Amino acid sequence: MAKKLPEVDAVLVGMGWSGSIMARELSKAGLTVVALERGANRVPGEDFTLPGIRDELRFSVRQELMQDPSQETVTFRHGTDKQALPMRRFGSFLPGDGVGGMGTHWNAMTYRFLPSDHSLRSHLTQRYGKKSVPDDMLISDWGVTYDELEGHYDRFEKLCGLSGKAGNIKGKIHPGGNPFEGWRSAEYPNKPLKPSLAGTMFEAATKELGYNPFPAPAGNMSAPYVNPEGVRLGACQYCGHCERFGCEANAKSSPNTTLLPVLAKEPKVDIRDRCYASRLVYDKAGKKVTAVVYVDLRTGEEYEQPAGMVFLSAWVFGNTHMMLHSGIGQPYDPKTGKGVVGRNYCHQVQSQVGVFFEGKEMNPFMAAGSLGMVIDDFNGDNFDHSGMDFLGGGYIALNSTNARPILTRPVPPGTPRWGSEWKEATAKWYRSSASMNCQGSNYSSRGNYLDLDPTYKDILGRPLIRMTYNFTDNDRRMSAFLTEKGAGIAKAMGATHIAANARKGDFDVVPYQSSHNTGGTPMGTDPKTSVVNKYLQSWDAHNLFVLGASVFPQNAGYNPTGAVGALTYWAADAVVNKYLKNPGHLMKA
Amino acid sequence: MTEALPRRRFLIGAATGTAAVTVAGAFAAPDLAAAQPQETAPETKSAPKPETTAAAAETPEYIPEPMQVLTATEAAFVAAAADAMIPADDLSPSGSECGVVTYIDRQLAGAYGAGARMYRAGPFHAAVPGAGNQSPLPPLEFFRAGIKAANDWTKATHGKPLDGLEPAKIAEALKTMEAGKAEFASIGSRPFFNALLTMVMEGFFADPMYGGNRNMASWRMIGYPGLPATYADKIDAFRGKRYDVEPQSIADFS
Repeated sequence: MAKKLPEVDAVLVGMGWSGSIMARELSKAGLTVVALERGANRVPGEDFTLPGIRDELRFSVRQELMQDPSQETVTFRHGTDKQALPMRRFGSFLPGDGVGGMGTHWNAMTYRFLPSDHSLRSHLTQRYGKKSVPDDMLISDWGVTYDELEGHYDRFEKLCGLSGKAGNIKGKIHPGGNPFEGWRSAEYPNKPLKPSLAGTMFEAATKELGYNPFPAPAGNMSAPYVNPEGVRLGACQYCGHCERFGCEANAKSSPNTTLLPVLAKEPKVDIRDRCYASRLVYDKAGKKVTAVVYVDLRTGEEYEQPAGMVFLSAWVFGNTHMMLHSGIGQPYDPKTGKGVVGRNYCHQVQSQVGVFFEGKEMNPFMAAGSLGMVIDDFNGDNFDHSGMDFLGGGYIALNSTNARPILTRPVPPGTPRWGSEWKEATAKWYRSSASMNCQGSNYSSRGNYLDLDPTYKDILGRPLIRMTYNFTDNDRRMSAFLTEKGAGIAKAMGATHIAANARKGDFDVVPYQSSHNTGGTPMGTDPKTSVVNKYLQSWDAHNLFVLGASVFPQNAGYNPTGAVGALTYWAADAVVNKYLKNPGHLMKA
Repeated sequence: MTEALPRRRFLIGAATGTAAVTVAGAFAAPDLAAAQPQETAPETKSAPKPETTAAAAETPEYIPEPMQVLTATEAAFVAAAADAMIPADDLSPSGSECGVVTYIDRQLAGAYGAGARMYRAGPFHAAVPGAGNQSPLPPLEFFRAGIKAANDWTKATHGKPLDGLEPAKIAEALKTMEAGKAEFASIGSRPFFNALLTMVMEGFFADPMYGGNRNMASWRMIGYPGLPATYADKIDAFRGKRYDVEPQSIADFS
């Protein structure tokens, strides 16, 4: 029997970026907040220090900061006619764990989505006609527009201290930035990072091809920065240990470096680490959630934490899982197309173009998680899709993120994987290679969704989440197009060898692709096709809000965190300025 | 810091094929091992460290480490495979000389080998393309089963366990496994080969504190500087230029 605790104003489930932002905004409004985080607390000065933080095996290969699959994993199948099997280890994506969530160990590439990405169905049908969107493509408008979100993007960027170069300030195009981006109210808070040699070569080649290169917007500090919360971030050391690692220099934007130092001192916020939320207590008739049940993993004891409001701020799978397991909202059924929870699950259709330059010293280990040069010429609907056999696109970037040698030591196509010839090629090309990333969008499809697995369970005895997913023809065509463009840039860069690998065939859970999973609790304006409204409020429980990329109705050709941060500030604004004054549904169904 | 570490002993001139023979012998089954020590050329063991030589020519003195979990048969198999995957040449000593067998033994003896961070509940099904490894075995037992299956196969096809074969035959046998064409009785030869290759490469490239990558041989081979990796003042200065330094590992800062 769960021990009942005294009621608080708000409970957050998950303490990554969105949980940390919401906790801060609610505490500023005077609310008492309990944050439940199943993983450990993480304090940079203690947990992320030299020399141990440079341990590739521990952090990158054995994935110490990630979700432990023995505790909870995901089952996977390519279609409803297949048996789902558990991911016994994570591979294609790496869910986070612990206070700070994935924001602790990301690369910190922090983009804004295009204005058209936020109103995708309207945009495409207006430009290409109603028939341009296939019937089984479930893309939709977010319900909130880019213009409504702009100020919230700006807040998140200033919280992070992003290094970058604006391309569009209040409608005026600025050379050196991204000319395709939506208008922004101000320049980036920090100047761009120092480029790598590969980045400068990419920049020169893309300019020559008539494209529009710009520095990747980076949550790595080009110079020390004090954010509006009064927290100081250090300067990036270009160590090449961002993704999968914490930062010893406090130079990477993360909840741990931007907000948690403030929250730690805030008496209204109680962060309970190693506390694993198991379900929400749902009053279906009253259309509200009354409490969160959780297990304290240090003792095994179960608690019920009553709350006036509940925020799901776990990741894509955690949020969707909690809705399904708590019986809130109608589960999506791909056969009938009815139901909403688990709908619009997407990933990122990424591909790589490896480039090799004989005799060039590229020092690939001098790197930073979001150090890169990018073109947006083939992203979203920045190019005319008339007569094309796909929708969507993605950025193409040359990112110098790392050259940690266990996992990153490229050799030209055709090289054996071991033996003398492999050694010779590895010694020859390690310092003379780089990789381009084609960050393809993933548009939601009728057959790709999440539900509860009928067989496999987690350590709390709950059904695992089941992912039914595969690439669609649209994805494969988009990837072929984008990767071909990448190969063209490689050629213009004068590469000795080019390894262009478009996404083909079926999705595979083993090779790492991207942790940009999205959807499952899509946002929108119609409760028949969305789980939450434009304020991220559940249609089925007015005091329940769902935060994070699980609300994306489809995934764009960008890293998702910029949009997650903006949406969280947007939702916080609605809670504090609308909901608290008049608790109830903020939109009519 | 490096020069302050007396435990680093080097010998020179062994960075040739002869080193591989030495090492394979060290991991052979006990009766063979007894016949091998003289090949370690004891007179060169105490050779003083040279003034300076090219980093790649320095070979860490090879002293076989005691095994924690691998049997003599298993260690000999792993050594033979590691030396075929990473042959000794002028780029680096062989895989086992670099400590790869020690690395694999320690990994399999620890939490990883016991199946930490692995979802282990049933029911179980044969693996299907795209869904990843579905073996109920934790890595230690998976490797044990795989090594036995591989040795049984080479015994059936070549009359000897893998480590008993000539180097060219070892490479050929491994290639057959890599292609999934070796017909193992139990486990798939390709998944086993891939798991083995992954572990060998981890041992070759991971920080030396895990028992492999002795003398940072792989980092010297490719020009990876290791730690501390603070390049804010170097990324501009070395753009397009070789950054050639003595690599450093976690031990150098501990």
